[in-house]
Amino acid sequence: MASLLYRVLQIRPFRICLSPLITKKTGVFYVTSKCLQTRSLAQEKPQSQAKVSTRNHDKGLDKIFQNYEAVIGIETHVQLSTLTKAFCGCAYNYGSQPNTNICPVCMGLPGALPVLNSKVIEFAVKLGLALNCKLSLNSKFDRKQYFYPDLPKGYQISQFDIPIATNGYIDLDLPVELGGGHRRFGITRVHMEEDAGKLLHSEGGTYSQVDLNRAGVPLLEIVSEPDMRNGIEAAEYGAELQRLVRYLGVSNGNMQEGSLRCDVNISVRPIGQSEFGTKVEIKNLNSFSSISRAIDYEIARQAELHSQGLGDQIVQETRLWEEGAQKTVTMRKKEGLSDYRYFPEPDLQEVILTEEYVASIHDSLPELPEMKRKRYEQLGLSMQDVIFLANDVNVADFFDATLAMGAEAKLAANWIMGDVAAYMKNEKVSISEIKLTPNELAQLIDSIKSGTISGKIGKEVPSSSLAALSRNHMTSSSLPTGIYHNILTITDPAEIEKIIDKVLAANPKQIEQYRGGKTKLQGFFAGQVMKESKGKANPGLLNKILLEKLNAKS
Amino acid sequence: MLSTVHHHRALLLHRRPRLILPPKTLRLLTPKCLFTSQALTHHPPPPTDATAAATSSSPPTSQILSIRHALLSRQLTAVEITESYLTRLRAAEPRVRSFLHVTEEENVFRAAEEVDRKIERNEEVGLLAGVLVGVKDNICTADMPSTAGSRVLEGYKPPFDATAVRKVRELGGILVGKTNLDEFGMGSTTEGSAFQVTANPWDESCVPGGSSGGSAAAVSARQCVVSLGSDTGGSVRQPASFCGVVGLKPTYGRVSRYGLVAYASSLDVIGCFGTSVADAGVLLHAISGHDTFDATSSKREVPDFTSLFTSSNNLKPRPLQGLRVGIIRETLEDGVDAAVISSIRAAASHLEDLGCSVTEVSLPSFSLGLPAYYVLASSESSSNLSRYDGVRYGQQVAADELTSLYGGSRARGFGAEVKRRILMGTYALSAGYYDAYYKRAQQVRTLVKKSFKAALDENDILISPAAPSAAYKIGEKKNDPLAMYAGDIMTVSIHLSVNVNLAGLPALVLPCGFAEGGRAGLPIGLQMIGPAFDEVWNKFSA
Ligand SMILES: [Zn+2]
Repeated sequence: MASLLYRVLQIRPFRICLSPLITKKTGVFYVTSKCLQTRSLAQEKPQSQAKVSTRNHDKGLDKIFQNYEAVIGIETHVQLSTLTKAFCGCAYNYGSQPNTNICPVCMGLPGALPVLNSKVIEFAVKLGLALNCKLSLNSKFDRKQYFYPDLPKGYQISQFDIPIATNGYIDLDLPVELGGGHRRFGITRVHMEEDAGKLLHSEGGTYSQVDLNRAGVPLLEIVSEPDMRNGIEAAEYGAELQRLVRYLGVSNGNMQEGSLRCDVNISVRPIGQSEFGTKVEIKNLNSFSSISRAIDYEIARQAELHSQGLGDQIVQETRLWEEGAQKTVTMRKKEGLSDYRYFPEPDLQEVILTEEYVASIHDSLPELPEMKRKRYEQLGLSMQDVIFLANDVNVADFFDATLAMGAEAKLAANWIMGDVAAYMKNEKVSISEIKLTPNELAQLIDSIKSGTISGKIGKEVPSSSLAALSRNHMTSSSLPTGIYHNILTITDPAEIEKIIDKVLAANPKQIEQYRGGKTKLQGFFAGQVMKESKGKANPGLLNKILLEKLNAKS
Repeated sequence: MLSTVHHHRALLLHRRPRLILPPKTLRLLTPKCLFTSQALTHHPPPPTDATAAATSSSPPTSQILSIRHALLSRQLTAVEITESYLTRLRAAEPRVRSFLHVTEEENVFRAAEEVDRKIERNEEVGLLAGVLVGVKDNICTADMPSTAGSRVLEGYKPPFDATAVRKVRELGGILVGKTNLDEFGMGSTTEGSAFQVTANPWDESCVPGGSSGGSAAAVSARQCVVSLGSDTGGSVRQPASFCGVVGLKPTYGRVSRYGLVAYASSLDVIGCFGTSVADAGVLLHAISGHDTFDATSSKREVPDFTSLFTSSNNLKPRPLQGLRVGIIRETLEDGVDAAVISSIRAAASHLEDLGCSVTEVSLPSFSLGLPAYYVLASSESSSNLSRYDGVRYGQQVAADELTSLYGGSRARGFGAEVKRRILMGTYALSAGYYDAYYKRAQQVRTLVKKSFKAALDENDILISPAAPSAAYKIGEKKNDPLAMYAGDIMTVSIHLSVNVNLAGLPALVLPCGFAEGGRAGLPIGLQMIGPAFDEVWNKFSA
């Protein structure tokens, strides 16, 4: 219970300031700033990709792991990237001036009422399906009640006994360097709720202020089964969830902005013991590597206490991961169970999903990371390549587009993981920010392969050329003539149309399927046309003309 | 004949109300309500003006339509009408105390002048143009305080208008002030207001009822034309009955709750007061309809009632031929004053005279309604009132740490009744008690709905008293809070109302007689309950 938090710690002045909308009243009250700080998200180093750092298992830890077993479950909050908040029309932009994205509804003013943003349901169903969950066709919202200055209504709109999705699982492949292997972790439930505001702490901790910009932003809470056994598994679980929400486009999954937040529950027991050990919660985990390290630290701490016969010193509590000290410390001890006095939210209608709606969302799901990895594996790529390429949905899309242009999988993978990745790293850009197109890369690969450029020159195309290529698109001076020549694209509509006609004529069956509703075949046709044009067709024109032809009822 | 300006004795003692409408404007405004004729036979005829010769047999007409006619025919200006109401408001206010806040005169006249200008330019004016409207102080108004009768919101001015208020303004209605209520709507006398007690205009030593007592009294004392109230467990209907005005509680969802300070969200509705069924109906029509800001507001189409009031007085001998009326047996049993029972019986036989078939019906779940109501309303209120923590608005008690700040602010900001209900609700929602109380109350609610549904399948409308007695003395039920509480639970008063809220049904209360004996002369109200979304006044407009 939030209020319990204040009893134990020292007292500091604390001030709440709110938007000018609320006139006249600026209250002053006092609160322990130390514990308040822990609720705000500490800084995380920018980390664009989900990646778990390797950690050298020292021998002592290995030994402890032999005798003790950790049981780990994770609660993840994912902030949804809907245009507006869950129950009002306010936008949410991370980093806005405090209290600029607020209205009577998300400020919890008397008389204001929540109205559900239907996108929240859509995103919840998407994630529920992607996590192989059973969906509740009839669910509802409930009020979870507690007092805290960042919770303007005094209750959070959440889902209690009937979450929108339950009983799913997530499949993932552990990185080779971390031992590799496939894992399946259970998902207990996924439910919808609203985020709270944020407390901003003054320098010196003399007062704090409330920023309600974040209040009412939609969240999905994903609760895992206690299926993880060590830090790496837990971190990889988190990383896979991040990939999933990014593939689905439901969240940016950004940990440093707090769009994805993981709380870990962990208990340790001697191997062979059937009952669970005492459960400890760890918070303030701002990267996947801190998840991994915090868990391993906590396992070692608890196992050591067990091995010294001090198991009773492990108490049910919330601990904080301190990045600087690389250890967990007590934040608050649990004083009995919190009673949130849940009851059904009377201001909102029940959430009713039809089978048709769920089916339509299901059909619209993109290829998910696990499917992608399986497909890449079947292309003959190594697990290392597979995991690298599927890690980032934009990289995977780039790779797939390069393949669609006819490039050979292994060569395309090498280029992307080699020169392209090196370039992105040096220039600190993402793959969607470089100017090199999949088409151009496919051409480059093709030229080398077909001997237009010798393998030697191809290998020698240094990343500086790639940089030039991507920045200036192509300049004759910085590239071997062969490449320059080869990557010139066909921009004559008549010529492209000719190729398209040829491809369509050769594939009457697919046209019929396309017109029967299998519109995904558009990609197949585009690939064929690109292949036929040796990758030279201008993709924009190609798609425009192709669509016209496909959709023209002949 | 000028029944629009008949006044209560209490007010007539020191000020003669001004005639506001010339008699000829009344021809068009034939009332559809038939029962008030009976009421008026008991009414001590108030000879308010020599020219006003109101005949006791003529029912009250629609003031809204009278005003409209007077304005459009250029007989009166909005400023003149406003002046006459404001004069009366000022005169009555020191004794009745209906208002917690009266709009600055300047603003009221500016709005009236705007109406006059539009009329002068032959521009369209809304149906409520020039109509002075009182608004219960738990309904948010952007330019006035909105305290819900609580210290916790003292001085709070919302940055937005409630949807109902916005609609009233859009139709040209002029907000004359914010009316008194029991704190957050919790009470039935206005004695629970943190600021003042409103008096009943019929007898200043009596309560006006509650919680919308200010709105009822203001209309009764003609301090405004119509007013908005809210009804969670009878808070429009009981004060309408006590103050002898028409009170209309619409179907749950008919009117947006956006901007209504929540008491019990699944029961709260905004309702209307007027001196005639037509006025309450016109006001209700003005504020009805789906609102994208309230997920529980209904998308059902709002029928256009206004056309119903345009035809002339065309009374057939038996205008209600065939209407099936069920009189609820459980509401005429122990605990109801004899005068009330006889008035209701008299109304029933009057209905028969008009062609209705009246039968007794039994609602077996009726006695279950009250405990279920208390559990649901207090549970929801304990949650809805969580936001008053002293952090953002209202009274804040400085403290050294957060829990003391919350505790101190709430202890000082809330009155005793509110605290009691928060405690009850918190208890009912606590782990281990939820199933026994909240869940069970919801099951009872389903039963109550079913039993009303069955009764309304057999009958077009159901009738009952609106309250078990006429208005009682100020302080009579207040001095011992426990007794008042027990009284509440024992009286049928709440029974009569809350069952209707539990079922979400529309109901109309209109004066049907006067108590005799000890409280001679105080009005008695008849409650009519209709099926969902079939607001009762339709029946009397046909
Ligand atoms: Zn908002």
